[in-house]
Amino acid sequence: MERGAIVAEVRKAFGERITEVDEAALEPFVRCEASTWPDLARFLKERCGLDMLVCLSGIDRGKGVGLEAVYNLERCDASRVGIAVKIRVPYEAAVIPSVETVWRTADWHEREAWDLLGIRFEGHHNLVRILCAEDWEGHPLRKDYKSPDRYHGIKNNVV
Amino acid sequence: MSHIHDQELLMGTDSPLQDNILITQVDKLVNWTRRSSVWPMTFGLACCAIEMMATGASTYDIDRFGSGPFRATPRQADLMIVAGTVSHKMAPRVKRLFDQMPEPKFVIAMGACTVSGGPYIKHGYHVLKGVDRIIPVDVYVPGCPPRPEALLEGLFRIQEKMQRERLLDRTRVGVRPKLLVE
Amino acid sequence: MSSEATSTAALAPGGADLRTEEMLLNMGPQHPATHGVLRVMVRTDGEMVLDCEPHVGYLHRCFEKHCENVTTLQAVLYTDRLDYLTAMGNNWGFCMAVEKLYGPELVIPERAQYIRVICQELNRIASHLLAIGTYGMDVGAITPFLYCFREREKILTIFEHICGQRLNYNYIRPGGVAYDVDDAMLALIGDFCSYFLPKIDEYDDLLSGNDIFVKRTANVGVLSAKLAIDYGCTGPVLRGSGVPRDLRKDKPYGIYERFEFDVPVGSGEHGTVGDCFDRYMVRVREMRESTRIVRQALKSIPGGEIRSAKIKAKIRPPKGEAFTRIENSRGDLGFYVVSDGKEVLYRVKCRAPSFHNISVLPEISRGSMLADLIAIIGSLDIVLGEVDR
Repeated sequence: MERGAIVAEVRKAFGERITEVDEAALEPFVRCEASTWPDLARFLKERCGLDMLVCLSGIDRGKGVGLEAVYNLERCDASRVGIAVKIRVPYEAAVIPSVETVWRTADWHEREAWDLLGIRFEGHHNLVRILCAEDWEGHPLRKDYKSPDRYHGIKNNVV
Repeated sequence: MSHIHDQELLMGTDSPLQDNILITQVDKLVNWTRRSSVWPMTFGLACCAIEMMATGASTYDIDRFGSGPFRATPRQADLMIVAGTVSHKMAPRVKRLFDQMPEPKFVIAMGACTVSGGPYIKHGYHVLKGVDRIIPVDVYVPGCPPRPEALLEGLFRIQEKMQRERLLDRTRVGVRPKLLVE
Repeated sequence: MSSEATSTAALAPGGADLRTEEMLLNMGPQHPATHGVLRVMVRTDGEMVLDCEPHVGYLHRCFEKHCENVTTLQAVLYTDRLDYLTAMGNNWGFCMAVEKLYGPELVIPERAQYIRVICQELNRIASHLLAIGTYGMDVGAITPFLYCFREREKILTIFEHICGQRLNYNYIRPGGVAYDVDDAMLALIGDFCSYFLPKIDEYDDLLSGNDIFVKRTANVGVLSAKLAIDYGCTGPVLRGSGVPRDLRKDKPYGIYERFEFDVPVGSGEHGTVGDCFDRYMVRVREMRESTRIVRQALKSIPGGEIRSAKIKAKIRPPKGEAFTRIENSRGDLGFYVVSDGKEVLYRVKCRAPSFHNISVLPEISRGSMLADLIAIIGSLDIVLGEVDR
């Protein structure tokens, strides 16, 4: 199944629930609302055979837009055909349903996106910080993040 | 090799017994034995650890200088080579490992990150800006990562320092940097 | 049933008679066999591993934050320190993502392409040498470590001549490479290939054919292909499970389609497909293939420019988003790059292969002995620098 066919399948099955499709972009993607994502994820894995979640990137798009999660999916065979799914959520309700039961690697990726960007993944069994220390405050990859002056009494911002 | 010559350390007498009797100071003897078998702790954190391994492996061979056996536990080590970036998450562990080492103990800060934070000094929110903020450092070896020769030079400096130790004066030679955090 | 048979059954691992109290064991972050600062919480029953949970982040160096704050050219420096054993691959992966933003008009000069391939494959050999050497050490063999470092030093000397650094090269830059390689250097690389091939047989004698080594690694930590894909494992870990996925073959980037090489996969020669021995053996065989590629590249390397004139000294990538991956020595290394047309990139996300490879650890270590856990971690060959970034 080529990328075009996957997009056609997704469009046929989801119709209006897919809000944007861009096949001409450098990284072709489809966009959907957070509520559509669990169904779409299962559809992409089971019907389109995209069995590998290559990467989950969280992006802070700035004021007025919100946070975005980009899922790069791929079929792990010689064709290596893949597509990206983008989901945008506002800052005040940065919640995306978890897909750790669909692709198990999503477990750690979602924890990372929570840790660094503060996107909450609903339904994740253990959404705790993964990279930063357990008692770290704030989400460092947000554009308005200020690193703490002191951490446990140790001076942090020295330059 | 170290700049301290062994002749200076073990002075023979002029009597016919000179080949059999050695007279020396206890200080010198103890320091000589100590500096001739420095046991570093296997403490690799990041990139510098690879260069530390290279120092211990075939080409550079740290054993030539009396510092071969990398110990896996701090309780058997007298030299801590902090090789690599120390993050805030790791810092309490580094401190605890240092505390577990028996006296006398020495610390080499290997690489730019442990010296000052290195390339991560400005934007590295999660990086400790220099390991001397949590433990006292005896010798700083800059570089990113330092070459094995540089680490060896650091070891020689440690050995020189060991040679200056006094048995009766239990305080260490040289002034230790003031700790920023107790 | 004879009494002897009964007692043997009772001694079998996991035998009901041997159940003891469960214990939580903390391994790391300072442990000689965790290859850095990995911390594993192990729930044990006697010597059996009931469950384990890797804790990462002890080397979190804020790579992605740095990329948002320094210029694109400066960011190449930070990519070195991700997977510090294959810094060439990291440079290339990042530069490829930036180059993709420029679109198809940007053509990388031929000579630069060849130099990139040569450097990357040499670096792959160096990285696998370290993986094999330390893996031997993990399971109790110290000699191979010294042998491997002997050869590795030769590669590092070559790199030092090319770019002045032994570990963090910062050599492959957007649009080409930083410096040219002279003919004497190419001849030296050719000599190294001839010198190196017989050495691989030496490792086979020392480790691959070593009975103790085989017993320590065969049938240990079996990773099925399905599980590997589910966890996003790539590189030798995935290929060890018998899945012949290699980006150099599937989606040739650079000029890899011009070279002839095979993709070694695990075949379960001493046990089950996907065990520790298979993962180890894939690495040994990959070194041969890499040498093959280097030799072919040396034969056909053309002269000419080494940097595209289209990329100026002040790199301002065009607006856009790109995601590219390369086959690094540990798996698919990807970079998701978002540019808003400024000198500083808006967002860079690194898809690190080790991050995926280590997350599968609990699945493959359940039910094994505690000593085997060390063999399993070693066979995954992680670099914490890119797990934690």
